[in-house]
Amino acid sequence: MTKTYPKASRPSLDNVSVSIEKGEFVFFIGPSGSGKSTIIKMLLHEVTPNKGRVVVNGKDVTSMRSWKRPHFRRSIGCVFQDFRLLPNRTAYENVAFALEVIGKTKAVARRVVPEVLELVGLGGKEHRYPHELSGGEQQRVAVARAFVNRPLILLADEPTGNLDPDTSIEIMRLLDRINRTGTTVVMVTHDSNIVNQMRRRVIEIESGRIVRDQARGVYG
Amino acid sequence: MRMKYVLSEVLVGLWRNVTMTIAMIITLAVSLFMLGGSGLLYQKVGDMKDLYYENVEVSIFLTQEVTEQQRTDLDGKLKNDPMVKEVLYVDKQQAYERFQQMYADAPDLVNAVKPDQLPESFRLKLNNPEQYKNIYDQYKESEGVDEIVDQSKLLDKVFGVLSGFQNGALAIAIVMAIAALLLVANTIQVAAYSKRREVAVMKLVGASNWFIQAPFVLEAVVAGLLGSILGLVALSVLKVTAASSSMAALEGLISPVSWGEIFLVYPLMAGVGAVVSAATAWVTLRFYLRV
Repeated sequence: MTKTYPKASRPSLDNVSVSIEKGEFVFFIGPSGSGKSTIIKMLLHEVTPNKGRVVVNGKDVTSMRSWKRPHFRRSIGCVFQDFRLLPNRTAYENVAFALEVIGKTKAVARRVVPEVLELVGLGGKEHRYPHELSGGEQQRVAVARAFVNRPLILLADEPTGNLDPDTSIEIMRLLDRINRTGTTVVMVTHDSNIVNQMRRRVIEIESGRIVRDQARGVYG
Repeated sequence: MRMKYVLSEVLVGLWRNVTMTIAMIITLAVSLFMLGGSGLLYQKVGDMKDLYYENVEVSIFLTQEVTEQQRTDLDGKLKNDPMVKEVLYVDKQQAYERFQQMYADAPDLVNAVKPDQLPESFRLKLNNPEQYKNIYDQYKESEGVDEIVDQSKLLDKVFGVLSGFQNGALAIAIVMAIAALLLVANTIQVAAYSKRREVAVMKLVGASNWFIQAPFVLEAVVAGLLGSILGLVALSVLKVTAASSSMAALEGLISPVSWGEIFLVYPLMAGVGAVVSAATAWVTLRFYLRV
């Protein structure tokens, strides 16, 4: 597929073709502006390609009407560099909010949220506010929120970008554990350390083209 | 649970920016008050037109020197005229009696006038009161006719003034409505901005569009309904004070507005207030949230 943003001199993604299997763990690496984030946005149906198709979970996202987007998003979890937590809600409430706004009852939240917070290693810190948590812990809350709905795919856009190396490794262990439950994990990063340690599939993008696609790859 | 969430969001939203909310509600109230007022006036003018024009008469006054022959000719022509519904001949004596009745509270005037001084006349009721002009043209030059007077001319002036009021009220309603809409749009923008993080998360995890928009739209609807209630209160206050003040002097001319009519016009005010606010909020969100 190809994506050219309006006013851009060259395509953000140029004739890129990638296939990711269910249950895979994939790194997208490359310098800033190479088009990695555009891939994430396409998977979320935030942007559509000018040419080509995006198929997620067997559904053609390219032709999807925008009113179907909310329902589609429920099958995808998202984690970002800046966590995107609600500052006036506790860890528990942040995760529960994600459930409640898609129509789950409070009873469901009471059952599921402590479980997933336990899974990400935040047992006992449910009632702390984001500013009372470390960066790593905040990212765990974000992962919990992304995973609580048991999505088929977890998208992570530089999830360790704001974290120190040790904390980053912990987050990666967490993502690895989630991947082992059968969830496909797609992660955009330029943290070479992590990519080298994980030894997973690496797709390198440069100037909108795929320059490398390697199973059990390393950074650069 | 979701309904409870939405409703509490609405209250929080209205309270968060309470000065703006009050400004919005007051402008909505003034606008809807004017709308309701012009609606009532429209109804009244309609009623009054039916009533007055039903009874309106065209009077053909005859000259003092009119001959028997001229009078009979005219009577015959009028009776056969398809525009004329009813003809009543009023002779000098009857004219004097009418005069006495009309000015019963001014005996000096009555005493000063002799039956002889009053002109004889034909009083016509027309099938269509607006055809007065045709009658005038047709009979103006007839022998023995002095003057043709149409009461509806006077009524036209009265109704002209009333519909002037009505148009004025409507114009104010529209101008205030524009101000109210801008305030609604602004309030919704502020509300959306202060909830931008929540909205971003909701979009991310796949909350449905209506669920994201509902609190904002309902916020505008609640403001619209509160505005219409205030407008209704203003109309009621106007009715009560008008009935007991100088307006009461107009009682005979303008039929009084009943409570029933005020409450009948309320659904119009509430409906316009709610629907227009909701539409404004929705359009604002389309531009502002892109959901």
